[in-house]
Amino acid sequence: MGKIGRYGEYGGQYVPETVMNAVHEVEDAYNKYKNDPEFKAELADLYVNYAGRPSLLYYAEKMTKDLDGAKVYIKREDLNHTGSHKINNVLGQLLLAKRMGKKRIIAETGAGQHGVATATVCALMGLECEVYMGAEDMKRQSLNVYRMNLLGAKVTGVSSGTSTLKDAINEAMRDWCSNIETTYYCIGSVMGPHPYPEMVRDFQKVISEEIKKQILETEGRLPDAVVACVGGGSNAIGAFYNFIEDKDVRLIGAEAAGKGIDTTLHAATMAKGSLGIFHGMKSLFLQNDYGQIDEVFSISAGLDYPGVGPEHAYLRSIGRAEYVSITDEEAVCAFEYLSKTEGIIPAIESSHAVAAAMKIIPEMDKDKIVVINLSGRGDKDVYSIAKYRGVDINEE
Amino acid sequence: MKNRIELCFENLEKQGKKALITFVTAGDPDLDTTEKVVIEMLENGADIVEIGVPFSDPIAEGPTIQKASLRSLKNGTTLDKIFECVEKIRMKTDKPLVLMMYLNTIFRYGTEKFFALCKQKGIDGVIVPDMPFEERDEILEYAENNGIFNINLVAPTSHDRIKMIARESKGFLYCVSSTGVTGTRKEFKTDFDEFFGTIKKYAVCPYCVGFGISGPEQAKKMSAYCSGVIVGSAIVSIVEEYGADSPLKAGKFVKTLRDAMDC
Repeated sequence: MGKIGRYGEYGGQYVPETVMNAVHEVEDAYNKYKNDPEFKAELADLYVNYAGRPSLLYYAEKMTKDLDGAKVYIKREDLNHTGSHKINNVLGQLLLAKRMGKKRIIAETGAGQHGVATATVCALMGLECEVYMGAEDMKRQSLNVYRMNLLGAKVTGVSSGTSTLKDAINEAMRDWCSNIETTYYCIGSVMGPHPYPEMVRDFQKVISEEIKKQILETEGRLPDAVVACVGGGSNAIGAFYNFIEDKDVRLIGAEAAGKGIDTTLHAATMAKGSLGIFHGMKSLFLQNDYGQIDEVFSISAGLDYPGVGPEHAYLRSIGRAEYVSITDEEAVCAFEYLSKTEGIIPAIESSHAVAAAMKIIPEMDKDKIVVINLSGRGDKDVYSIAKYRGVDINEE
Repeated sequence: MKNRIELCFENLEKQGKKALITFVTAGDPDLDTTEKVVIEMLENGADIVEIGVPFSDPIAEGPTIQKASLRSLKNGTTLDKIFECVEKIRMKTDKPLVLMMYLNTIFRYGTEKFFALCKQKGIDGVIVPDMPFEERDEILEYAENNGIFNINLVAPTSHDRIKMIARESKGFLYCVSSTGVTGTRKEFKTDFDEFFGTIKKYAVCPYCVGFGISGPEQAKKMSAYCSGVIVGSAIVSIVEEYGADSPLKAGKFVKTLRDAMDC
């Protein structure tokens, strides 16, 4: 890593002048508090006593037997309070926002997991909360919309563009430009302008710290592969980070191939994207020859994003991490498989990681170990999976 | 050869006049209309025209320009077609033409090729709202090699950054009137005496104010603080309402701005 906020050529701070001082303010505050013992202690306490960390590293015995290859461990981020890894980041950022004296929090959300986590922690900390969500996603994830309302947050629908995550980010950025003095923008993934990719990664790296400790305790050695899904990439970077120096551990990210990467209906940035500058960062994006950002598609609202965090683009460019594309159909099959095999209903996002792992596990020797990062639980997805399978579960 | 923007401000100063800079989104509803709108605005008192290159995700824009960008992109507007349009406009005028566009539309096109074409087709400057001062190296070398000005922006939230940005500005400094996105406003909350006081202290080129200026009265009032005013969304609204019939309407509106500023 060279310049501050850069991962090779990726990263940077490409935002309108109106928000530059606000971005610097976040950067200064983060640098001030990230090593502050009091801040760290308060966050560690919230991780344990509010989020329910450490999350389990579960040995999936039935899945291991059934796939007849490597041993399968599942990192249960779905068991965290609010049901996903998103709480790790939100607790960190909102502790910071409070120290910065901010009273109003805005966030974007795709599947609603980051929105729910933000609304939850705002309720806990007594902060005003407004969540931007694509109108299309509000339909797909109506349960999470109501959940955020219950928590006291205002959910604002965004019907510009494709009415999904990308447009929710655009609108949150516009809000930030308008309310810069009072408002803190809590970005949900390892994306956006520096310091967000670094800060969000630092708040998520607890996942790989725990995996490392837990696997050493149970197996006495490191895993052979860690698999995680990638939209913006926050759960994946969290699961990868402490293994980056352990070169024998394969790091595999699973992105959304939608209807297939040879169709136009996918969100496979790593497979099909090109270098661009958007949403505050230089990274890979799905775009046309004129730099117009593509409309993307995935059954998973959380992976339905036309870009990827800069550190992932960098890890791939140096060959340290590999990225595969998983179709809607593969993800739904994995969703059903894990539910039936282990009694764990995974988020449709995390199901992409399960599907990617299921492709490599049977090919591996039995003394090998694969860790799947199960970033979230799938209760929120039951309706859309039923719909995908042609089952009508609407109540009268 | 001197940049047309510099010449423009030198002439205005001699005449004791303020600059009127107007904006239109290219390709809304089509590029033939854009060409006519630009010419009408220039013939009715605009000194500089900003041509907006539509982007799929214009994060600094309010609803009016967002919708215009979308209409334009739906009609198949591309940067290549916009350059063809600029070439036609340039045959009819010697006044400065500036492109306002998002960094990705330059970067993806090829920064070197882009600025070579700007020079060839008769563009004088670019305004890139999502490229802050610290990231200017993305384009600066290529812009300067082709004699194109990178117009810097300062905002009411820039505070201590104004000094650094103002000192390195060329052509004119774009002063954002208020926080938030583009679009007309009934009133401003910014303390203009303080904002422009700081800018005046450090500016090495003319400075103009934009964002939210909706009509003749505001244009007159705001021009008192600086070297000129920039009017965008109000014109884009006229194009939205009148479509192919908008050139004459836009021209008439620009004349009301000019008259108010000159009296």
